[in-house]
Amino acid sequence: MDSDLSPQDKKDLDKFIKFFALKTVQVIVQARLGEKINTCSSSSPTGSDWFNLAIKDIPEVTHEAKKALAGQLPGIGRSMCVEISLKTSEGDSMELETWCLEMNEKCDKDIKVSYTVYNRLSLLLKSLLAITRVTPAYKLSRKQGHDYVILYRIYFGDVQLTGLGEGFQTVRVGIVGTPIGTITLSCAYRTNLALMSSRQFQRTGPIMGIIIDHYVERPFTNMAHMHPCSYRAPGEDEGGTYAGIEDSQEVCTTSFSTSPPSQCVCTVSQAHFKTPKPTLMATLKVPLMGLGISQQLYSSRLSYQTPALGTVDLCHPTACTAAAHPHQMVVPGKEGGVPQVPAQPTHGTAAEHDCSIEVKTVSPSDALETTFTRKVGAFVNKATTQVTTTSLDLPFAAFAPRAYDLQENDPMVHPPPSPAPSSPLQGSLHSNTSSHSGEQPQDDFVMVDFKPAFSKDDLLPMDLGTFYKEFQNPPQLASLSIDVSVQSMAEDLDSLPEKLAIYEKNIDEFDAFVDTLQ
Amino acid sequence: MNCRSEVLEVSVEGRQVDEAMLALLHTILLHRSTGKFHYKKEGTYSIGTVGTQDVDCDFIDFTLVRVSSDELDRVIRKAVAEFKDALGNSGSDGMGQISLEFYQKKKSRWPFSDECIPWEVWSIKVNVVNLANEQERQICREKVGEKLGEKVINIVEVINRHEYLPKMPTQSEVDNVFDTSLKDVQPYLYKITYQITDSLGTSVSTTMRRLIKDTLAL
Repeated sequence: MDSDLSPQDKKDLDKFIKFFALKTVQVIVQARLGEKINTCSSSSPTGSDWFNLAIKDIPEVTHEAKKALAGQLPGIGRSMCVEISLKTSEGDSMELETWCLEMNEKCDKDIKVSYTVYNRLSLLLKSLLAITRVTPAYKLSRKQGHDYVILYRIYFGDVQLTGLGEGFQTVRVGIVGTPIGTITLSCAYRTNLALMSSRQFQRTGPIMGIIIDHYVERPFTNMAHMHPCSYRAPGEDEGGTYAGIEDSQEVCTTSFSTSPPSQCVCTVSQAHFKTPKPTLMATLKVPLMGLGISQQLYSSRLSYQTPALGTVDLCHPTACTAAAHPHQMVVPGKEGGVPQVPAQPTHGTAAEHDCSIEVKTVSPSDALETTFTRKVGAFVNKATTQVTTTSLDLPFAAFAPRAYDLQENDPMVHPPPSPAPSSPLQGSLHSNTSSHSGEQPQDDFVMVDFKPAFSKDDLLPMDLGTFYKEFQNPPQLASLSIDVSVQSMAEDLDSLPEKLAIYEKNIDEFDAFVDTLQ
Repeated sequence: MNCRSEVLEVSVEGRQVDEAMLALLHTILLHRSTGKFHYKKEGTYSIGTVGTQDVDCDFIDFTLVRVSSDELDRVIRKAVAEFKDALGNSGSDGMGQISLEFYQKKKSRWPFSDECIPWEVWSIKVNVVNLANEQERQICREKVGEKLGEKVINIVEVINRHEYLPKMPTQSEVDNVFDTSLKDVQPYLYKITYQITDSLGTSVSTTMRRLIKDTLAL
């Protein structure tokens, strides 16, 4: 297949694919930064605006993407994926979507690389810009901040979609045929946004409402393979400066030729893919708010941490099969004229698309011949592989697994939801079991005498601790007592005439009162 | 003549008409605009850069992406405002259709004027609903946002079929294919027209043709 492609075309095509992959990652990550993106149009072309689109390059993101690619290009069987996930301030995380840049074997030999492929890649990037604002994760990312942050991860190899939960939807952004294969860009996004953390149910023991961020190691230090979708200008970041794209060698081609106009080959390939009906998430409510957690543990955004290794989860390869029928037409162009008959592929019905995705689960020991290993951060719901702390290049590597375990059971990190009062008339918390200072109840509550320090007071007959305990559960107000509701409506109505009579008798008093108010 | 025709339908509340139309029209124009062409000798040309801008809608839970061109935005807003006025004046029914048509010009000999040959027409049918209370409006905000998202996906799907596009023109022909009047971007030649449907469902009595961007010589 390469023999049909001239060396220059092959070189150009590889360059286009490489920069397309890098720009795709930039668009996706920038769309999840939580801010609106604005770039300027420029009528004069500059050498660095690939695909004639003004897409800024965030150096860290480019660096991550290049690291994930490791000198390879997306190709057949080698997909580049950008995974977007959400991480709450308590440490729960959830994959939201996975963007996949894939290539299949369907080749389009006659397409012009430097012209048609380039323009179609540009069109695909525009589509990506539009679609990234439409998936449910966009709204979530715009609201990120104190309660949760959005993270991204780039990996290369097989697509993994199992973290998206059941019923995830897929939207295809577009395809571009090339002489070496058809590039496909798609997004699989989660539709079930209920936080599935099983740790919610493992939390033990209520605790007092104390601010606990002083005592807990920052959980984000362990997320070596996930990166926050937050951008800081160079200089602030401890990551230092990253090598930008080698602009001197990789100037994008913006020059096209209109000659010779005599023959124009217009190739259209139709691949048979079935895209499911694009239904988006219904009303998006972030369920985090309903957890009843009152403390704000982490108030600041993360700073970018240089990860040691890229990671790939090799457990779930995905195979996508497709059949396609190339459809090709030659449009005779006239010198300086409009084609007499606009070329249209003669398809009767809209192209039906069929793509069957098979997800096979393979044992974790199966591996591609890459150097990536899976590192389980502390915040991944399903830990499928073991973690060896020695291989982790983390600031607190020695504490990593312990932190993971600690945070599983530490009630300080995962305070249980305040039990909702069974009726609004009972306003007290069930905090009789007060476990405090030093005790970490694992299974049972341990009653500890509440001994506040320096609290002995001779003036009062009781000490501060007893006072506190006693008045922690104040008796209910009489007017709010439950007996009130026992009175039936009928009794209320019966007592009304008497009340009205009294009010009428005292009407002068009321009038005088009202006058004083004016 | 094989002209590709796509129809999109939306139901919106009165105050959402502007933003819904802008969202869809700008999405289509984003894909149908390139940078400015700069022709050099020997028949080669270079293309300028197109920037993009995110715009949050006020009455819909939606963020649209448009080309960074204030001139183009003004033209589209003007057309949408006229459409909305016409919808408002038409009566209580509130149904209409705005069409974005991409065409090529074909030069004819004198005395005949140039022919406009459409190659792609997008028709957006609008149904304006009236809502009773704030709660319904809030639900409508979200629902219309989702609907617009689905329409964007539909638009992208059609565009990425890579069906007919006019051949890239030589320098002398560029005005027959592209609208070169803007200073920062270059969309394909287009025109926006609209029709208001009267209560009988026919589009005869109050049809108005308004050519917003037309370089017809006559």
